[in-house]
Amino acid sequence: MKQYTGEVLSHRKHGEEYHSLTVVAPDIAASARPGQFVNLRPPADRYYILRRPFSICRVNRGSGWAATIEVIFDIRGPGTAALAAMRAHDPIDVIGPIGQGFAIPKNRQACLLIGGGVGATPLFFLGEELRAAGKRVDVLCGASRASRLVNTLELKRLGAMTEFTTDDGSVGYHGLVTDLLPNMIERCGSEVLYACGPRPMLQAVTAIAIKYRLPVQVALEEQMACGIGICLSCVAPIYNQKGTGVMHVRTCLEGPVFNGARVAWDRYGTDLDEADGPPGN
Amino acid sequence: MSDIEDLTTTELLRPSELVKPIDRKAEAEAAGRGGRPQADLSVRLAGIPLRSPIVTASGCFASGKEIAEFMDLRVLGAVVVKSMTLEPWQGKPPPRMVETPSGMLNAIGLQNKGVDYFLRYDLQALNAAKVPVIASIAGNTQQEFVRVADRLRGAPGVIAVEVNISCPNLEDRSSMFSHDPKATAGVIGNVRRCLEVPVFAKLSPNVTSITDIAGAALDAGAAGLSLINTLLGMAIDIETGKPRLGGVMGGLSGPAIRPVAVRAVYEVRQAYPDVPIIGMGGVMDYKDALEMIWAGANAVAIGTANFIDPRSTLDITRGIERFLVEHGIRSLSRLRALSGPRSSPPAPSATPASAAPSPGAPPSAPLSRR
Repeated sequence: MKQYTGEVLSHRKHGEEYHSLTVVAPDIAASARPGQFVNLRPPADRYYILRRPFSICRVNRGSGWAATIEVIFDIRGPGTAALAAMRAHDPIDVIGPIGQGFAIPKNRQACLLIGGGVGATPLFFLGEELRAAGKRVDVLCGASRASRLVNTLELKRLGAMTEFTTDDGSVGYHGLVTDLLPNMIERCGSEVLYACGPRPMLQAVTAIAIKYRLPVQVALEEQMACGIGICLSCVAPIYNQKGTGVMHVRTCLEGPVFNGARVAWDRYGTDLDEADGPPGN
Repeated sequence: MSDIEDLTTTELLRPSELVKPIDRKAEAEAAGRGGRPQADLSVRLAGIPLRSPIVTASGCFASGKEIAEFMDLRVLGAVVVKSMTLEPWQGKPPPRMVETPSGMLNAIGLQNKGVDYFLRYDLQALNAAKVPVIASIAGNTQQEFVRVADRLRGAPGVIAVEVNISCPNLEDRSSMFSHDPKATAGVIGNVRRCLEVPVFAKLSPNVTSITDIAGAALDAGAAGLSLINTLLGMAIDIETGKPRLGGVMGGLSGPAIRPVAVRAVYEVRQAYPDVPIIGMGGVMDYKDALEMIWAGANAVAIGTANFIDPRSTLDITRGIERFLVEHGIRSLSRLRALSGPRSSPPAPSATPASAAPSPGAPPSAPLSRR
């Protein structure tokens, strides 16, 4: 994990609703893994104070002298609005790469990537790494409406098979990704599932994965104050190794990627069992 | 291929010119151990010599391991670790944090791995990092506080214990120990009896008179006070009408609460001119820290600022040092002696330099106008 004063290389509008920020941060780009995130500090303002965490959407290690990372986000409040107002050459304080990324399977070949809304952004990075490792990549991506799908063209290019769903039917299948998922798994012969997006989607994908006895890795999003493991704001309820108890585990350092089967989805917001040990650290 | 390589090495900026990685060596030197003449930041807190007045606020630094990746912990006067309880606690359900104007609300609920884990793992790491430790303890009942304190007796490197009585209390139902002078005195008295190191009582600002509670803690044997814990607050989602925190209500911290903290420190300092005070609440930069010192704090704890910039404590330490050098003040104790908005004359036990501004004192204008 590094802290930098990086430099904005470019800001561009990404589709109708999203913004893309490319930041020069060679050390972060060099070591980042798909699923990890960066914590960006928006320019100072009195209405917000905290950093903003974003999944790393893509890295460019190629131009080694000034390797970059890219994040894609939508404006949700004054902090993200300030980030969206940043322009080339602006200095930006960035911490990263943070957290545990997606694991690349050793023996399994067919990987299905499932994304929802703006949460789908780490799929670009993941898909490229999987393909570089010689895996088959298929993509299933959903959103509420066409304009909230992230870069459909590139997802099409990424997947051997790519399907889209929208809640309003404006693009692709009219419905949810989980409506298409069983069919997709069978058609593609999927052996591993990767999912990132809204929590209900991750939970539903996990349920289907368990039914098909497939490993599933999910990237969780939680409210986060520090992103470096000290505030304990971002915890998620995770079953311990034996499955006998549930512990509050930091999504920033121990996550954001977890084995979906170990997330205690239904325990969210309820009292937890006593811990029976420290979570793997 | 070689054309491209030539281009990158000759005509384009190198990464080091575009970004500034952390230079730990320069940091260590700037922090005063590299031989350059700097102001003396050392302070005494309840008889304990600290190299700097800047410490961490409990719960905002974990046990230091994470931040050690970003800065040298030896810059700090002490690390006040996250409050520990007898058994591991899982804390409140998520969501646990909401950002608010100039602040944040949290409802973590003292999640921690318990005192035994602290002694076995965290304390060892802190001792290896050579940083003094102030152990913060919490519990649901008086008995729990005492049992945690008991385990900490003689723990190496623990220079003081901070008793977090501003957490929910089951004995008195929904209130906190620090809401009631009697409950405060009970816990502090019992904890103090099983420890040899000084005991600091961490008080809540959510009371009618913080000086009354402070008095009760001091009478019961607290060596000093930590002022203040978070303010109780709440946020509601307007779409659903439901509380935005899993724990419904939470603690407000950050710059939004600084004036409350400065007031509390000032008020208690007025009432108790000699009591050691660790001041905290929304201190974001060295100016805020100096304000807290003027208000009467002997040491200043940094909380929420760590979340925003993991190197805040380092920046603040450097800032204070620079301020002293720029004003021609050689040491922090001299600055503290210059005035501070006390209405009564400094007590005899105060530092010897307190009599009058010495020749080394700064130009009178900016400082004495306080």
